[in-house]
Amino acid sequence: MKKYSVINTPVHNIDGIAKITGRAKYTFDITLPRMLHGKILRSFYPHAEILDIDTTKAERLSGVKAVVTGKDTLGLKQGIWRRFKELCDEEILTRDKVRYIGEPVAAVAAVDEDTAEEALDLIEVEYKPLPGVFEPLEAIKEGAPQLHDQAERNINVTRHIEWGDVDEGFKKADYIREDWFRCSSQAHVCMETHCAVADYTPEGRLTVYTSTQSHYYIKVLLAEILGLRENDVRVISRYTGGGFGSKFELDSAQFCSSLLSMKLYQPVKIVLTREEEFTATKRRTPMFYYVRSGVKKDGTFLAKEARVFTEGGAYTAMGATALYLTGFFQSFPYVWPSYRYDGYRVYTNTAPTSAMRGFGAPQATFCAETQIDLIADELGIDPIEIRRKNAMYPGYEVPGQATIQSCGLSQCLDKIDEWIKSRGKLPANRGIGIAAYGFMSGGIFNWFDTPYAFSSAIIQINIDGKVDLYVGSQDMGQGSNTTMALICAEELGVKFEDIRLHMGDTENCPVDLGAWGSRETLMQGNAVKMAASKAKQQILEFATAKLAPNIVYDLDIKDSWIHLIARPERGLSYYDVVKEAIRGKDGQPIIARGHYTPHRKGMISPAYSFGVQAVEADVDPDTGKITLKNCVTAHDCGQVINPLGVQGQLEGAIAMAAGYGFTEDLPMDEGKILNPNLVDYMLLRATEMPETKVMEVETYEPEGPFGAKEAGEGLTNPTAGALGNAVFHAAGISIKNLPIMPEKVLNALKEKKRK
Amino acid sequence: MEKKILHLTVNGEPHELYIHPKKLLVEILRDELGLTGTKRGCNTGACGACTVLLDGAAVKSCSVLAVQADGAEVTTVEGLADGARLTPLQRSFLDHGAFQCGFCTSGMLMSATAFLREDPAPKDIKEGIQGNICRCTGYNSILRAIKAVAEGKYKEEGR
Repeated sequence: MKKYSVINTPVHNIDGIAKITGRAKYTFDITLPRMLHGKILRSFYPHAEILDIDTTKAERLSGVKAVVTGKDTLGLKQGIWRRFKELCDEEILTRDKVRYIGEPVAAVAAVDEDTAEEALDLIEVEYKPLPGVFEPLEAIKEGAPQLHDQAERNINVTRHIEWGDVDEGFKKADYIREDWFRCSSQAHVCMETHCAVADYTPEGRLTVYTSTQSHYYIKVLLAEILGLRENDVRVISRYTGGGFGSKFELDSAQFCSSLLSMKLYQPVKIVLTREEEFTATKRRTPMFYYVRSGVKKDGTFLAKEARVFTEGGAYTAMGATALYLTGFFQSFPYVWPSYRYDGYRVYTNTAPTSAMRGFGAPQATFCAETQIDLIADELGIDPIEIRRKNAMYPGYEVPGQATIQSCGLSQCLDKIDEWIKSRGKLPANRGIGIAAYGFMSGGIFNWFDTPYAFSSAIIQINIDGKVDLYVGSQDMGQGSNTTMALICAEELGVKFEDIRLHMGDTENCPVDLGAWGSRETLMQGNAVKMAASKAKQQILEFATAKLAPNIVYDLDIKDSWIHLIARPERGLSYYDVVKEAIRGKDGQPIIARGHYTPHRKGMISPAYSFGVQAVEADVDPDTGKITLKNCVTAHDCGQVINPLGVQGQLEGAIAMAAGYGFTEDLPMDEGKILNPNLVDYMLLRATEMPETKVMEVETYEPEGPFGAKEAGEGLTNPTAGALGNAVFHAAGISIKNLPIMPEKVLNALKEKKRK
Repeated sequence: MEKKILHLTVNGEPHELYIHPKKLLVEILRDELGLTGTKRGCNTGACGACTVLLDGAAVKSCSVLAVQADGAEVTTVEGLADGARLTPLQRSFLDHGAFQCGFCTSGMLMSATAFLREDPAPKDIKEGIQGNICRCTGYNSILRAIKAVAEGKYKEEGR
C-alpha cells in the first residue's frame, strides 16, 4: 500500500465547527426580505377526477397573496428519466386527476404560515372519486382500475436480465429451493424536511434555496417545467439536513414555491411538515419477490431465477432505476453461472416509491441472503463456507453487466468467520446471522440525459498558497466536502487546512450529478484529483525551471515541499514557488479543471464495494421481541479516504437498515399511511443501538481516486438479511416478510411448535 | 388573543419582546431573535432537534409556549461556545465525528450538556440522548463523544 500524508487521517469534518456552533444555515433557516410563506393543499382521495377548484374564498382571506393550481402551470409532465418521455408522468400540481393521498392540487402564499394554512381550508375542490387499487398484485390484474392512460394493467416499467443457460443449470442442480418474500416500504425521515425558498426577480431570473442532493438536477428540472432557460435558474444548497435518496427529484416545495414567486415577484418559502414528509414525499419501494435457486450438493451455485413485482405508487420517479438495480444486486456478490431476472414495476394508488439508500439492493440482499442460509441449512453446510465457495473475486466478469476489478470479499468472510468463532457458545435464544453484500460506486446510466461530464471540479491557487476548490458534489451529511478536500490536498501535496471548498451553488460550481448511488467519492473524487494533478503540473513546471535537475528526475509535492522524488531533501517550499509562478504567469492565479465520465465500464458502475456483516441478536420466545447485541462488519471500500466518515456511514447505515429489518413500517389503509409521525413510526433510538465494530479490508481499486470506492450506501444492504438469519439461528424460524416484528416472530414460533 | 410582553434572557442577553401568546419558544428563538441554530424536526416533541436549556434543564422548545418561559434563562447552541473557545462537548463532537448532516446536532449538544451537568459521571450515557433522533450517525459516535467528556478527557478551556 502506498503511504499518504493526508488521506486516511482522522481530520475534523470541514463543516464541523459551523455545525456544532449552530451557525450552519440550512434552507430551513433562510429568511429573505419581503419573504412570504407557502402551504400546499393535498388530495385526501387516493384516486379521483378533479372536476373544479374554486379558490375565490381563499384569495379573499386577508394576508393571502396568491393561490395557484394546475391551471397556472404550463401543464407539463416531468420526471427524472428524461430520455424516456413516457416515464415523465408527474405534473406535481395535477390538473385533472389525483392518484394518491397527498398529491398536491393547489398552493397558497401568504404573509405567514398560519394564514396560508387557514387559506387551504377555504379552497373548494370538487372531486369525482374513482375506485382505487393499492397492491401491485391486484393492480396488474385485468379489469383493475387504471391510473395512467398509457399503462395497460398498470405496468409502468419492466426489466429483464439474463445470462448463462438457466434451464440447463436447474437440470444439473442436486437441490432446488424456491421462496416468496415481501419487502416492506420505509420512510427516509431526513431531519430537515423538504423545503425551498424561491425568489423570482424582474430580470427573469429564479433563485431557489433548497435542501437537495443534486442542485444540478433541480436546476434543470425546474427550468424545464417552468419554461425558463436552464441558466436563468440558480439553485443554492449549502447545507442539506439529510437526503438518503429522497432529495434529488423535483419536489412539491421547490415547484410550488417557484410558481408562487414567479406570480408575485416576491420570495416564497415552503417547508413541508413532518406529516407531509411521511405521506407526500417518496419512499422505499415495497417488493414482492419470487426467488428460485439451484445448487450442487456441495453448495456450488448453478442457476438462479428471480421475479419481482414492485409497488410503484402513483408515478415513475426513480423507481425504474430501483427496478434494474434490485435485479442486478439479487445476484450479488456471488458467481452465478446462470441467472434470469424479470421485474415489473406496477402503478398503484399509493404515494410514489423511489430511491432510498441502497436503491433496491437491500430488498434483493434480504431475499438472497435469507435463502442462502436456508439452502446451507438443508445441505448441512456452514453459512460462511457456502458464501466463500461462491464469492465474487477480483477480475470476475458478470456476463454482459459488469467487470469486478478490486474485490476483498473472501478476506471479509475470513474476518467475520474469526469474529464469530471468538464469540464461543452463545446463550439460549441468541443467534448470529450473516449477510454478504456489494454495491456500486456511482451509476453509469444517463437516463437524465445530461450533456455534461458526470463530475467536474475547478481549482484556483492563490498567492498565499490557499487553494479554492469548486465542486458540484452535494454534501448532505455523508461528508463529501471533507472527502473532496482530502483528495485535493493529497494530490496537490498541501495541508488539509489549505483547501477552501466551494459547493452547493449552481452559479459558481461546475456540474456534478449529485449525491446518489454512492457516486461522489469515485466520480467527483476523480474529477478533483484530475484538477489537482493539472494544477500541480503547472507549479512543477516553474519548480523544475528553478531547481534545474537532470532531465531524468521527476518532481513531486508532499507536505508543501516541492522536491526531486529521488532526492527528497533537494527542493523548494510550495508557498514560495506558488508566489513566483503567479508572478511568472503575468499575475494570473493557477487554474485547472478536472472531470470524470465513465466510459466502457459495463452497464452499472465502474467499481464495486464488498462486505460481510454479522448480527448477533436475542429473540424473546414469550414476546417475540428482538434485541440487537452486536453488529460487526468487515468492509472493503478500497482505500479509505476519510476514516471518521467511513465509520460514521457504517454505523448510520446499521441504524437505518436495522430499522428496515425489524421496526420501521408504513402500514396503509386504502392508500392512507396510518403512522405519519415520529411517535408511531418506530425508528431506532440510541438505547436500541447494538455495539458496532468495523474491520476494514484494504484493497486498491484502479478506477477510484487513490484506489477508493463507495463506502456509504452499500452498508444499508446486509443488515435486514443478517438480522433475519440471526433470528433463524436463534429460534429456528425464517421470516420472509419484512419488517420482522414481534407478532410475526410469535406466529412463526407457534407454527413451528405445531409442526 | 392580545399580544403580551415577554422577558427572556437568552445566552446571557436580556430581551423584552411583544408576542402573541400562542407562539412557541422555538418560534421566538428562531423567528424573533434569529437564533436559527435551534432546529425543528417534527413540532410534536418527538425528535429533540429543538432542545434548549430552560433555567438549566433540557426542554423541547416546540413543546413550550414562549409565555411559559417568561422571566427564564434560556441557553441555545449559540450560547455554548465563548468566541472560538468551544465547550468540552463541542470539541469531543468534532474529534469523534459525532454528527453528519448536523440538523439534530444542536439538540444533541443541549441534551448532552444538561445530562452531564446533572450527573458528570453517568452510568448509562444512552439515557442522555434517548429523546433525540439522529437519522445519520446511528448514535454510537455521539455516545463515544459524550463518554469521552464524562471520563474527563476534555477539560474546560481557560477563559
